[in-house]
Amino acid sequence: MKLFKKLALTTAAVALCSTAYATDQATLMKGKTVEWTIPFSEKGGSAKWANFFAPLLGEATGATVVVKFMPGAGSTKGANWFQKQTNGDGTVMFGSSGSTQFPYLLSDPRVKYEYKDWNPVMATGTGGVAYLPPALAAKFDGSANGLKGENFIYGSQGATRLDLVPLLAWKMLGLKVEPVFGIKGRGDGRLMFERGEANIDYQTSSSYLKGVQPLVDAGKAVPMMTWGSLDASGAVVRDPTFPDVATFKEVCEKTDGCETKGEAWDAWKAFFTAGFPVQKIAFLPQGTPQEVIDSYVAAFTAVKARDNFAKISGKRLGKYPMFVGADAQAALERAVSVPDSAKTFVLNWLKEDYGVEIKK
Amino acid sequence: MEIFATALPALAEAFTLILQPSALLYLLLGVVMGLAIGVFPGLGGIAGLSLVLPFVFGMDTVNGLALMIGMVAVVPTSDTFASVLMGIPGSTASQATVLDGFPLAKKGEAARALSAAFASSLFGGLLGAAFLTFFILVARPVVLAFALPEMLMITILGLSMIAILAGRLPIKGIAAAGLGLMVGTIGEGDAYGALRMSSYDFPYLTDGLKLVIVGLGIFAIPEIIALLRNDSAISGTARLGAGWLDGVKDWWANIWLSVRCSIIGVIVGVIPGLGGSVVDWIAYGHAVQTTKDKSGFGSGEIRGVIGPESSNNAKEGGGLVPTLIFGIPGSGSMAIFMGAVALLGSGDIEMGPQMLSGSYLDITYAIVWFLALANVLGTILCIGLSGTIAQLTTIRFTLLAPFLFMLISFAAFQSNQSLGDLVALFGIGLLGIFMKRFDWSRPAFLIGFVLSNPVEGFSSQAWQVSGSKFRQGWDVGLSYIFSPIVLVLIAITVLSIFFALRQKQAIATEGAMESGSKRAPMIFLLVIMAYLLVAFFDANGISDRQMTDKIIPLLISSISFFACVYLLVTMIRSPEGSEIFADSENASQEDSPPHGLWSTLGWFGALLAGSAVLGFIVALAGFLLAFFRFRAGLEWSRVFILTACGLGLICFLALMLNRDFPPGVVQEYINLPWPVGPDKTWFR
Repeated sequence: MKLFKKLALTTAAVALCSTAYATDQATLMKGKTVEWTIPFSEKGGSAKWANFFAPLLGEATGATVVVKFMPGAGSTKGANWFQKQTNGDGTVMFGSSGSTQFPYLLSDPRVKYEYKDWNPVMATGTGGVAYLPPALAAKFDGSANGLKGENFIYGSQGATRLDLVPLLAWKMLGLKVEPVFGIKGRGDGRLMFERGEANIDYQTSSSYLKGVQPLVDAGKAVPMMTWGSLDASGAVVRDPTFPDVATFKEVCEKTDGCETKGEAWDAWKAFFTAGFPVQKIAFLPQGTPQEVIDSYVAAFTAVKARDNFAKISGKRLGKYPMFVGADAQAALERAVSVPDSAKTFVLNWLKEDYGVEIKK
Repeated sequence: MEIFATALPALAEAFTLILQPSALLYLLLGVVMGLAIGVFPGLGGIAGLSLVLPFVFGMDTVNGLALMIGMVAVVPTSDTFASVLMGIPGSTASQATVLDGFPLAKKGEAARALSAAFASSLFGGLLGAAFLTFFILVARPVVLAFALPEMLMITILGLSMIAILAGRLPIKGIAAAGLGLMVGTIGEGDAYGALRMSSYDFPYLTDGLKLVIVGLGIFAIPEIIALLRNDSAISGTARLGAGWLDGVKDWWANIWLSVRCSIIGVIVGVIPGLGGSVVDWIAYGHAVQTTKDKSGFGSGEIRGVIGPESSNNAKEGGGLVPTLIFGIPGSGSMAIFMGAVALLGSGDIEMGPQMLSGSYLDITYAIVWFLALANVLGTILCIGLSGTIAQLTTIRFTLLAPFLFMLISFAAFQSNQSLGDLVALFGIGLLGIFMKRFDWSRPAFLIGFVLSNPVEGFSSQAWQVSGSKFRQGWDVGLSYIFSPIVLVLIAITVLSIFFALRQKQAIATEGAMESGSKRAPMIFLLVIMAYLLVAFFDANGISDRQMTDKIIPLLISSISFFACVYLLVTMIRSPEGSEIFADSENASQEDSPPHGLWSTLGWFGALLAGSAVLGFIVALAGFLLAFFRFRAGLEWSRVFILTACGLGLICFLALMLNRDFPPGVVQEYINLPWPVGPDKTWFR
């Protein structure tokens, strides 16, 4: 065991030197260790999101913010765990994503958590862009009428996840899209597109800029439409990151048989709202005292006000707003209020088209 | 020549970045931390990176890269210690190393096995880096050429290694691999989330069993229990034979094997989606097939160590390709690495195609060569330490075993942070013990388990995509499925199986075996058959709309069931003492170990049961005290010292890596202070 001790001591020395690193900003959390639990594995977008904010938050609060991963059961495991947390001292934080919101909205039997119990302190949004190979894009003229006879293949992670939004949009446009389920991440979907196995795909804004824009520049992909963005009144408008690309709403209006009112549209919009404009939310557990919540809100406000925030967050957050405090609360309410009619519509559609049933 | 014109200036630029003193210091720091973490089974690059992540924000780009790469690069080097010395697969990359490395340690040749492994690792790492330097510029089209049918074929090539590792009776190997594949399908299906052999009422299994648990259960527990029953040292001679220099000589004598396996490692590592899980088995299979006298494999053939170890460090280099130029991480640690790189310096480095452009190529090369340099540093440190650490194999094993139980329980618990992890570890461990006892190939089982998910995913996805291609036309469909790469891979697979079956002496994956009466082996077989039957009907109950979650479990359970039926019929017809009734418990009285199986396993069981009630730390304290006193028979003073060392080590690890301990029933009701309970407020 001598070896173990020796190695352990070395590690200890290293770690001790590093913990000395802290800022002098005096706040409530100074010197404490905050565990920020993400209900996904190290690989996903939520991990990147939390790993980006953790050091910034650490600097603003003087706490050491550690990101922990608790993947499982499509993120419901971690969320169920968080529901049981009542530790109100601010050392426990949680990050949820669209994939945590959807099972909640669809009344998945695994969901034992209640969003309305939690205290949101910060939220961020994103957008999404669908794109096509050049040959098919040539048949797309702002309406999807020319694409209706095509057979599309789409690499999908699963119909009940964020992929619900693109799948429903394509269905409303009358496209025959066959999803190949079971891929491990949206990056794999893009690779399938690049290899010519899939001929339609979508990426969230930051992944699109990073992975698809080079393909567009090389003439290997053409953007089709964005999901858009919501204005103050809740109407779908052009995505600020992609002002030149039409929204799904515009395409739908021009396409025969696609309606921007009625139950299909309402369902699509409800789930789009839950999945994209308020995609990731940082929570403190139920029963957290107001002063702790306030200190977090102050810290995130400080993060947002950093001189270089626009620069360092540009690639991650794009031009989408970061909501803090009361804005985050309002954002959460938009994200988790889906009318029953929309829910019923989606559940029926999932069952009919994909044989996917949310078991009761 | 154009490649050289692009590469060389960037390469020169990269070396000026790498060779700054501060960068080298950070690299060394990363290497030392990586080695320290890699030594513990089940803790890998992810744990290490999480440790430094809070501190890399805004760090100088080159220094930060040096620190993180140093850490990630040497984990597959130092995990060899656990594989060779204890028979514990330290990580996925060193599973095949166990097969021959551990028998060498048992023969007292641990230092030789270790240094051969390290020399191979170093060489693999360097060759990988050299190869990558030029390959990375042309890698994009090569990587894109590997579509779903190609990946499926690589997976099948990996599965074909079962033919080499099936053990004495090929049909038993097929059944073992089939069982591994079936255990791999437990949980939600990837495509539709259909449940296989699991239920939401008992959520643990819905996510499937994790490789850490299956690897530790199937390899480590049977070995620990077996050694513990003998109450001797790991090294049968209780002293060290060949030294570290012999290992380096062994590697040099097999340099070409090392070259070939390194190249295998880079190539398989490059393909995104496969990761490193198959590469060591393919390398091992290659080592077996290119060795004339195959009799030593499975019982301490040095080529069985050199092959996989050459490939697994080379693989890390290959794995950089999808990460760097596609922005798709090949592993969990690469994912964290990618995220962390974006925090470095001014935050303008983003993995993706731009890493090959003029402005970032120097950084890309710096990453590649940091990896190589980290390998050099890590190897030198490891070879230097190997003689000393190999001494562990001469210690009375009864004094080591409790610490190993402690470490593997802790490691297993990290996979789901549920008490179910410990139960699963125990269950799989029991399966491993019986597979070892009745000579069912554990490597075949593990290959099946590892490849279960890729086989299922790639086959159903390739089927779906090819369906759409065939609708476009037969020629489109055929050229999609039978691309030149697929044809080559089919040829390699067929040849590999053909030669494996032709060779007369099989690889005795479980060592020499006694044979005995019919009863015990038949009961084990019947239990396996019952499981396969239940799994078949369970899968059959899945809706036809969710065919992709259904077809593979149905198919595999049928094939394995018929293999078992064949075995059963053969057993009924064979006389007692035939090799089909292999049973290591049947050794004559003088040879049988001093301690029984169940009483030994009971100790481990008691630790788990205690954890379920009292929480891990309390149970561990009791376990260590009782074990050292009553099983090892030490005097109380030493009992207390060893127990304190164990508890101190585990608390330190948990604290540093910010990990939790399994809570018990008591902790559910009473909020106890850390480490006994989850309440950390007192020291924050």
